[in-house]
Amino acid sequence: MDIISNLALGFSVALSPFTLGLAVIGCFLGTIIGALPGLGPSNGVAILIPITFTMGLDATSALVLMTAVYYGAMYGGRISSILLNIPGDEPALMTTLDGYPMAKQGRAGDALVLSGVASFVGALFATIGLILLAPFLARLAYQFGPAEYFALYLLAFCTLGGMASNNQAKAAMASCLGLAIAMIGVDDNSGLPRLTGGNLHLYDGIDFLVAIVGLFAVAEVFFFLEGHGRGSSIGVKLEKVRIPWADIVATKWTMLRASGVGFVAGVLPGAGASLGSFLAYMSEKSIAGEKGGFGTGVAKGVAAPEAGNNSAAGGALVPMLTLGVPGSGTTAVLLALLMTLNITPGPTLFTDRPEVVWGLIASLLIANVVLLLMNVPMVKIFVKILMVQPWILLPGVTMISFVGIYSLSGSYFDLLLMIGFGVLGYVLRKLDIPTVPVILGILLGGEMEGAIRNAMVLGNGDWTYLFSSPIAVGLWIAAIAGFVAPMFLRNILARPQAVED
Amino acid sequence: MASDRIFGLVMLFAAAGYIFAAQQAQSGFMSDPIGPRAFPTLIGVVAAICSLFMILRPDPDPDWPAFRTLLSIAFAVVVLIAYAYSLKPLGFIIPTMFAAGLLSYQLSERPLAAVLAGIGLALGLFILFKFVLDLGLVGISEKASPYVPFLQPMIDVVGSFFGWLGSLLPDFRPARAGDT
Repeated sequence: MDIISNLALGFSVALSPFTLGLAVIGCFLGTIIGALPGLGPSNGVAILIPITFTMGLDATSALVLMTAVYYGAMYGGRISSILLNIPGDEPALMTTLDGYPMAKQGRAGDALVLSGVASFVGALFATIGLILLAPFLARLAYQFGPAEYFALYLLAFCTLGGMASNNQAKAAMASCLGLAIAMIGVDDNSGLPRLTGGNLHLYDGIDFLVAIVGLFAVAEVFFFLEGHGRGSSIGVKLEKVRIPWADIVATKWTMLRASGVGFVAGVLPGAGASLGSFLAYMSEKSIAGEKGGFGTGVAKGVAAPEAGNNSAAGGALVPMLTLGVPGSGTTAVLLALLMTLNITPGPTLFTDRPEVVWGLIASLLIANVVLLLMNVPMVKIFVKILMVQPWILLPGVTMISFVGIYSLSGSYFDLLLMIGFGVLGYVLRKLDIPTVPVILGILLGGEMEGAIRNAMVLGNGDWTYLFSSPIAVGLWIAAIAGFVAPMFLRNILARPQAVED
Repeated sequence: MASDRIFGLVMLFAAAGYIFAAQQAQSGFMSDPIGPRAFPTLIGVVAAICSLFMILRPDPDPDWPAFRTLLSIAFAVVVLIAYAYSLKPLGFIIPTMFAAGLLSYQLSERPLAAVLAGIGLALGLFILFKFVLDLGLVGISEKASPYVPFLQPMIDVVGSFFGWLGSLLPDFRPARAGDT
């Protein structure tokens, strides 16, 4: 039994007091990050990466801490959805649809506990799926040469852009922007600088962490200023929290089905947790039919999106770890973490650094249990933290981002660049241009160019080499379909609007 | 309409400039069939096509905030740029007080709360970064410290307190990669 021995290895890494402590801290921080409106998982993980890096944690510890934050943020997103009707992060949007009405009926505590349990079921399902599917996919990935990798990267851009945006031209533009930024600096192949405009600061290229923190965290500051930090008062009462056993038992099949749907959505490159919660909610809504009362505050409507969201978050780790292609914005940020730690994700990760992979998986299982324990009895503490005023929170977050980036390089130039990316992120989001493809482009640009250049070397400059294997052709077809199909599906897949007061 | 068109036009020029700049890249000694120019050029061309789409088929305009709000965002950008320049020469604490306080004031518009937020965040975050997370951060640079009477001794006291606290904890932290 390979899996058992691998898991034993993983738990031997994850159960050391230090790693365990990190997992607990990560879960706590993650739940707060997820719960605070405007500080989603991508933001939170992005801000914390430079700090973990500067603290000098080793690869496994850093990875355990950050994935605990990632899972925690997925749990935390539901808290503000239910209590404030503001999704703490994008995937939690679907939870507002039934969570907030349920809270207004005086059942806020029930909704929080039920969604916590649903999160646990979804995340557990996904972690088990990850254990079973990832080694298999890693073996398959050995078949991949440069031509296949190029097609795979293209697929990630096409599906991520296609799904995340309402306008294909804008999504493609965002990808190009990221790729173009990735080209700046010394060319790996020739060792000569290009596209630097003679600026010495740019010879090393633009650090992707600078771009990520700028586009996510600093841009968020400007959005906060625009909104004057509005809408942060809790409108519903939270009395004594009890465990609603009847609701949990009644929704057990909903949770499992939603977990399955979410996991599949998460594994698909570029789809991510938002699509997972969306599909889970919509499929349960159609199963329940008109009489199900979805949208009026029913238990199933709370359980389904939360299970789907957390399951998709776990599923998104599968392509990220096995192929090095992130399935969502936050996993793109986690990929940045791996690259900072000098770990190359991909099939070789499973054979060369099994302690990293299985230590990570074991700590995901541990983090999940910790999160359930934290989120059910201690939910009131997080509700208290939610009441932190924006005029303290926002400057704090800004200063933390600055210190993180500053302590990486100690250069004011990176800080200026980060502010520039913040302004860019604000303008892009205003114009409805998705920012995640920009990040993906900066992260994958070097690899993508390397893949196409190696493919051309192998094929002696013949362009048809890119389509020479069935896997490559399949990926190309999927990429084109993933880019074109959303144009036609957009009317069918229209997202329901959040409930208005 | 206009926003998309303007942005598309800007990106079109940027793409043209990028394609031009990419042609300046020199080939290395290693020969590979497509060289360092082809991929950036391809990106530039795709970006230019997308820009044309944005110009020809723009989406409806977003809700741009009122001029006053844009002004306050611009002010925040200026504050952050000043903060970026001043971190190294002045150390962490003093610029953070001002930057955090100003940002806080922009959100709450209550002067006292903003002053308290600035001071509290600067000191609290400094303690967190310097003594709990152990990041190499300069609190007040040597050039600035004679002008700020009480902060440096306070930092020393807090530092020795955390050193004492740290000595009480069992040392289960694994050795760092760089430790010898």
